[in-house]
Amino acid sequence: MSDAASAHHPKDLAHHFESYEQQKQSSLLGMWAFLAQEVMFFSGLFVCYVVYRGMYPEAWALGSQELDWKLGALNTVVLLISSFTMVYAVVGAQRGNRKMIVWGLILTILFGGIFLGVKVVEYSGKWEHHLVPGPHFEWHGDPAAGKEVEMFFGLYFVMTGMHALHMVVGIGIMLVMIPLAWRGKWTKNNYNFVEGFGLYWHFVDLVWIFLFPFLYLLALAGGGGGH
Amino acid sequence: MAEHNHSLKPYVMVLFALFGLTALTVGVAYVDFGHPWSDVVALAIALVKASLVVAFFMHVKGSTSMVKISVASSIVGVLIFFMIILTDYMARGFS
Repeated sequence: MSDAASAHHPKDLAHHFESYEQQKQSSLLGMWAFLAQEVMFFSGLFVCYVVYRGMYPEAWALGSQELDWKLGALNTVVLLISSFTMVYAVVGAQRGNRKMIVWGLILTILFGGIFLGVKVVEYSGKWEHHLVPGPHFEWHGDPAAGKEVEMFFGLYFVMTGMHALHMVVGIGIMLVMIPLAWRGKWTKNNYNFVEGFGLYWHFVDLVWIFLFPFLYLLALAGGGGGH
Repeated sequence: MAEHNHSLKPYVMVLFALFGLTALTVGVAYVDFGHPWSDVVALAIALVKASLVVAFFMHVKGSTSMVKISVASSIVGVLIFFMIILTDYMARGFS
């Protein structure tokens, strides 16, 4: 390759793209296609939830009473803040400010970690109360509803567990991103990875926006009251 | 538009709107609208929150039509999925 050709081909523009804009739009389309697949994946879980809730509405109310909506609300706020700190990192990337990217990612990991910490407290409480489906499960309320409440908790653990797994993966990716951002891997012209990762993190937030009311808030109007 | 001046201000406003809607969804959960209206209200608030996240945090507002079509396709796909399965179950009374 001649010097003239390489001079016209900056390091942050891959050789198969003609322009930064084309590179950015290709990256975005790929990420949105991935998210479309994620939407289908979580839709399956939500459809399962809706069908079983239609079958066992009373058991769903009983199961929901066992969840602490205050912890769910706290985690909603924590996750929304983490979405904002993610946006902070992306704005830093747009401005070419690597300190903003690094701090945004560190804070996003921090708030993501708080979310997962609260989740650990919730899960261990469910284990102690014998509400984890399987041989350990015990139901002390209406015995006729036992199997159906177990189904509620099956879906609770699968849905929140898959959601939490996405967060663990996201935190792992961010831990790799921080040193790269600090070394200046991303430029004003090509911060596509940061933007794409931001989309992933916001998608995880989106899933929780639907999980929170439909798992935690089902039985408040009736006066509620758990054990 | 945020895309051009890279300002954080609109995102702060969206964040506080999302906090407010979270408080609202907890508040209305204490009101018994009766079946199925409690679910309709909860779903409506969640959809508003989701729209804010998609439009602002995910930059779909101000994006190319290619991105908008991708997002719309995802939503239509979910609607088809729910409609076909729920038409079946609802017609049989979830039995």
